Amino acid sequence: MPSLLSIDALLIAACAWLAVGLAGLAAPRQARFVAATLFPAGAFVGLAVGGVGLFALGGDPQTAVLAIGLPELPFHLRLDSLAAVFALLLGFASAGISLYAAGYFRHQDAGGVPGLLCLQYHLFLASMLMVLLADDAYAFMVAWETMALASFFLVTTDHKHGEIRRAGFLYLLIAHVGALAILLAFGVMTGGSGDYRFAALRAQELSPFWASMAFLLALLGFGAKAGLVPLHVWLPEAHPAAPSPVSALMSGVMLKTAIYGLLRVSFDLAGTPLWWWGVVALAFGLVTAFFGVLNATVQSDMKRLLAWSSIENIGLLAVGIGLALLFHAYRMETLAALALTAVLYHCLAHAGFKSLLFLATGSVLHATKERSLGRLGGLIRRMPWVAWLALVGVIAGAGLPPLSGFVSEWLLLQAFLFSPGLPHAWLNMVVPVAAAVVVLVAALAGFAMVKFHGIVFLGQMREPALQEAHDAGPWEKTGLVWLAFLTLLLGVLPGSLILRLDAATRQLLGAGLAERMSEQGWWMLAPISPERASYEPLVFLGIILLSVWLGRGLVKRLYHGRLRRSPAWDCGYHFQGPRAQDTAEGFSQPIRRIFEPVFRMERHFPSIRDREPYYAVKVEDHFWYWLYVPIARLAARISALVASLQGGRIAVYLMYSFLTLILLILVARP
Amino acid sequence: MSDVPLSAQLINLCAAAILLLAFAMLAQRRVLQLIDLFALQGFALFLSTLIVAVKTGQTHLYFSAALTLALKVAVLPLILRRLVQRLHVKGEVEPLINIPTTMLVGIMLVVVAFNVALPIAQLSATITRGTLGIALATVMLAFLMMITRKKAITQVVGFLAMENGLFLAATSATYGMPMVVELGIALDVLIGVIILGVFFFQIRDQFDSLDIHHLERLKDH
Repeated sequence: MPSLLSIDALLIAACAWLAVGLAGLAAPRQARFVAATLFPAGAFVGLAVGGVGLFALGGDPQTAVLAIGLPELPFHLRLDSLAAVFALLLGFASAGISLYAAGYFRHQDAGGVPGLLCLQYHLFLASMLMVLLADDAYAFMVAWETMALASFFLVTTDHKHGEIRRAGFLYLLIAHVGALAILLAFGVMTGGSGDYRFAALRAQELSPFWASMAFLLALLGFGAKAGLVPLHVWLPEAHPAAPSPVSALMSGVMLKTAIYGLLRVSFDLAGTPLWWWGVVALAFGLVTAFFGVLNATVQSDMKRLLAWSSIENIGLLAVGIGLALLFHAYRMETLAALALTAVLYHCLAHAGFKSLLFLATGSVLHATKERSLGRLGGLIRRMPWVAWLALVGVIAGAGLPPLSGFVSEWLLLQAFLFSPGLPHAWLNMVVPVAAAVVVLVAALAGFAMVKFHGIVFLGQMREPALQEAHDAGPWEKTGLVWLAFLTLLLGVLPGSLILRLDAATRQLLGAGLAERMSEQGWWMLAPISPERASYEPLVFLGIILLSVWLGRGLVKRLYHGRLRRSPAWDCGYHFQGPRAQDTAEGFSQPIRRIFEPVFRMERHFPSIRDREPYYAVKVEDHFWYWLYVPIARLAARISALVASLQGGRIAVYLMYSFLTLILLILVARP
Repeated sequence: MSDVPLSAQLINLCAAAILLLAFAMLAQRRVLQLIDLFALQGFALFLSTLIVAVKTGQTHLYFSAALTLALKVAVLPLILRRLVQRLHVKGEVEPLINIPTTMLVGIMLVVVAFNVALPIAQLSATITRGTLGIALATVMLAFLMMITRKKAITQVVGFLAMENGLFLAATSATYGMPMVVELGIALDVLIGVIILGVFFFQIRDQFDSLDIHHLERLKDH
């Protein structure tokens, strides 16, 4: 019997997070104390959580029972390999974000009361950890709702703006709709036995109809939290509203808890999947990824751009889950393991690079007070640290080697290449088309990332005020460097981590990639066989570094001494200020043109007669008008009908009750 | 009638008295007399509970009876009288519908209540099952009083009379509720009356009247 089980360590960590949060209440207004002491302590706990997660990966499942909550209804907890993967993600990503937050929340202009913020932030972290550990539906829902509420209060930190309150409300609304669906999914999975422990759900034999209902409800519920189209609308509103570390935490970590839930239900609890579940997840994932990336390319607000990019990544994850379900349903477990490994890897990769990018926007926002891409530019000269570290995130986000995003997308595409082996004629033909869409999405993601980095950091400064911008402080830099380091590590050394992830896929599918992988060298990534496809990130990195070094050397040798600085050729226009640079709108104009039906645009074109000609474009989301506005109208109409009952006379109200009573008595008489 | 035991006859007598008093309350025009009638109804309820307690020998029914005596005969009428005096409510209660019509509706309700209660009463094996219909009728008559009166204070009396009817149903059909529930309800009623008393003062301060007609403005748009 070991002296300290991993699950106990994680419980202690959750308590430590809560304690750090409560300590914030002791000195709620002292921003300096809260930021410089409590947030680093939270980061330390995060590192410990990540370490325990890594250690627990591949160990036997551990269980614990916490006698809190209602009497006779204790919390059942369990740490298995799947939970460990996400605990690893939560711990390491939150460590970087907390370090950054230690610098970010030092400034009073971050909004909100620092101590309260500290409590909500750490409660959020602790509840996410409990979501991962929960082993009965009751504990899961309590943790899930705590997570939703804590993040709601974090989103509405700056609640003095109506827009932010509105974003918070929208988030809360969709989170609750999702939670309701999840609750129903658990209810369906009990099969009427009334036993809500996950072990009982696992043992329950459901008919295909009810199993499918459970899966669809779970897809709806977790999809609402993750941001699957059409329940994605809260993401582009809530992320810009929240303070940047909170955006990073929500996008990088919280969305992954939804992926965790979906994996838990569809692979672990709901029994053997049917093949069409995979198709449904695949279809929703493709639509989400495509719609998300297209919207990301046309945004003019940097946080909104990243939020849409998160939607795209969630779409890719859903595609991977769909593919894994498809292979799993046809008992092609090795391929299912490949797709699932891609999903888990992409979760880790996205947690790293998207947190990094959101934090980078936080630094830009803090330094310039500006979120609109149209007023930024050239910041690499004033903020070199942030710019170069953001470049790491951008390359990973664009899915370019040798960083983390490439590995997971490459694995996903490898899984697609094996889909012709599926014993189903239609799927054989349709799934490769899906692979083509994924490739298109990856390319467009590259476009969005180039736009993000290019317009914010490169070129000339579009506003004179940007000259005042300053680089990030030491805490911020530490957090950013940590996340960039993780992104690089995930990109360069995928082999050893995939060998560890093997435990999670083996737990869910009974198969993994380890036997094949371990025959090869640790530097090489060849999931199925080296003859088919292999990727050596270190060799790739070496070649890149070598060619850069050679190129630089050659240029120095050839042009040495003949370097002169002079104005660039101005094509005959000598009115070339910073304003003449390509704008965010101009950059994405081709995309808006090509994919015009996807967007709902309001444009104003200048005419010859205008005294002050201007061009304006407003891109909106079709789903507002297709789905949400009709629902809102319907609700308003029904309420108006019901409101006519409200006459204002108490006697009439009493009469309603009285008549109802008599009616019920007469109807229910034996 | 000789095969009906004496205790059952006494209980039926009390129940009949309660129903009669409910009708009397419906017909009563004066507020103070209304409160007296309410106290009297509480006393009849106390007697019937006591008889059931003696007959069945269940100790917790003695507590119930004592609680009824204390609250419904003594404390609540006292509070209500104080309120009437402090608020200077005029003696007359103003019904929305005239009293003869209300009485006719009440008779209809009693018929409905008895018809509904009949099959349920036959299922019950207790000695007091005949009173179930009366209890239901009392609840309905009290409800009717709440609907047809304008003064806030008569509505409170109606609310309390309704609770009397429920209590009668509880003792007659099941020999009383569990002690915890009964205590809870008794406390609720007491607190309810106190809160409503506070409300009366607020209403009067706002509108210079206790007529609930003034509350009709409490609605959207």
